[in-house]
Amino acid sequence: MNILGISCYYHDAAAALVMDGRLVAAAQEERFTRRRHDADFPRHAAEWCLSEGGLQPGDLSHIVFYDKPFVKFERILQTYLATFPMGYRSFMKALPVWMKEKMWIRQAIMQEMAYEGEILFADHHTSHAASAFLVSPFDEAAILTIDGVGEWETATAGYGRGTDLQIDQAIWFPHSLGLLYSAFTYYLGFKVNSAEYKVMGLAPYGEPRFYDLIMKELVSLRDDGSFKLNMRYFTYHYGLTMTGRRFARLFGEPVRSPESALTQFHKDVAASIQKATDTIVVAMARHLQRRTAMRNLCLAGGVALNCVSNSKVLEETDFQKIFVQPAAGDAGGAVGAAFYVQNTVLRNPRSYQMQNAFLGPSFSDDEISAFLTAQGIAHRPLDRQTLLSETARLVGEQKVVGWFQGRMEFGPRALGARSILADARNPKNQSVVNLKIKFRESFRPFAPTVLEERTSEYFDWKDPSPFMLFVATVREDKREIPAVTHVDGSARLQTIARDQHPLYYDLVKEFERQTGCPVIINTSFNQRGEPIVCTPADALNCFLRTGIDHLVIGSFILNKADMSPERVAEAANRTFEPD
Amino acid sequence: MPNLKQIKRRVSIVAEFWDFMKTRKKWWLAPLFFIFLLLSLLIVLTQGSALAPFIYTLF
Repeated sequence: MNILGISCYYHDAAAALVMDGRLVAAAQEERFTRRRHDADFPRHAAEWCLSEGGLQPGDLSHIVFYDKPFVKFERILQTYLATFPMGYRSFMKALPVWMKEKMWIRQAIMQEMAYEGEILFADHHTSHAASAFLVSPFDEAAILTIDGVGEWETATAGYGRGTDLQIDQAIWFPHSLGLLYSAFTYYLGFKVNSAEYKVMGLAPYGEPRFYDLIMKELVSLRDDGSFKLNMRYFTYHYGLTMTGRRFARLFGEPVRSPESALTQFHKDVAASIQKATDTIVVAMARHLQRRTAMRNLCLAGGVALNCVSNSKVLEETDFQKIFVQPAAGDAGGAVGAAFYVQNTVLRNPRSYQMQNAFLGPSFSDDEISAFLTAQGIAHRPLDRQTLLSETARLVGEQKVVGWFQGRMEFGPRALGARSILADARNPKNQSVVNLKIKFRESFRPFAPTVLEERTSEYFDWKDPSPFMLFVATVREDKREIPAVTHVDGSARLQTIARDQHPLYYDLVKEFERQTGCPVIINTSFNQRGEPIVCTPADALNCFLRTGIDHLVIGSFILNKADMSPERVAEAANRTFEPD
Repeated sequence: MPNLKQIKRRVSIVAEFWDFMKTRKKWWLAPLFFIFLLLSLLIVLTQGSALAPFIYTLF
């Protein structure tokens, strides 16, 4: 049985292929089109998934879309009717897109995929729930999904057992934790649906002095974790902005202009909304734990990418284990929709656990060599041990390395297949990599990769964290890795075990052998505004455009110093819209 | 101009709409929904035809 899951038309379009119960391929459309958060129909991703599975469209038993467009349109109509005439402009802007595109999902799938078989539609939050629980290591677990909005639901809670999902509680639009966080993202001058993680990164620089104000004026939180927002302060349900003048008056400053200076006020606002988010997520999870008496939790939805909140849930509730899959946002909906049909609808037993995120395209040495030859770039293959020892030596000598190895990651994090690596011990590397390589804001923290077996020596953390979705405190006696230690002493942790990515594990191990340190900086292989690199061409271009010193691609190591100035200058012409 | 198969595929949205209404039972929304559905159908079926500029000016 071959099932293709599809998510698109809002943000992060993606496709995922499940063959006989196993996830064999998953990728976001942005990686192919090079448009960040590309929401268009994932024709490239779907085509690639089919080719990876060796399938033609006619070999698919089902295609499953990750939400129900008619129910979503119903919500939009009802919301605009309820807020008429305030939402007139926004409605007229939304209407053509709906009428020409978003209502025609079934027809788009048939046309784009040249497919005549069965097409199914799963609820948005059911797709999220399935994306976490059905690929988790748990036979039974509580499930909490939180995002901006699906059809009507903005958060759902329930539990999963075997192949069954029982989602029995929900919070409905316009009351939304995801949209609350996005409203603050907008207020702080960052791009909505794109730069929420910047607010999370900015928060530790501030004091949460507006926390009480948020919880008193904006949010009405009840003991059972449900909440209502005071909609007088928000405009997202009818307007083209997220917040109104009343919101700005409440905090005392206007909306920050994008790219303008970040003041202590903005940092304090970020700290306050992060603390409020932690409080709400913990309250929801605590109630769910008491209601279900379960020890395991599966989290999904865009808010589950907030690793600070995820860690608070682990610290402050009775859940003992939490599973968050690496594409917890809408891209992961494609995976969830496919597994929902595979396991819950068709009653096939679960036979897959997501143990790593390496589900995307890969390129052989022959393909890479052919590409480099076509580009006129001299290269020679190194044996595995030489490649590892050379790369580790370069990182130890304070070089910044682009690392392109094996199958690309699914989800927003680079986890050792498409990564930029640097020495975590060098305090300068945070600003060097931020400003010269990534061309992004200097406050942005970097994440560490640590050998799984040495995690607890460096961090107050004992469990695996393979998807970089939890934060842990760097131990006081190990503050020798300043480039990955945030101002509050925390780090967004990735643990690596050998069976997840043997080559990447062996590289960190080799770095440990050479330096004694089992931790390196791992940040995504891209520059600001650019999707993570997918192909050797993307990797070469990013390498040439940025201050990366060496590109380690397959069995080859390229040195920037060997590249002609003309080639470097030509690559620099490619720019990306800032995120 | 769309061919017969494409037209048939497009018109199948009416059946989808009927299934949706039967499930959701929000009959009070049906007239509004139906108007948008018909307009939508008109837009999609006239794409590339001489009628298109007149339809698009509605929005």
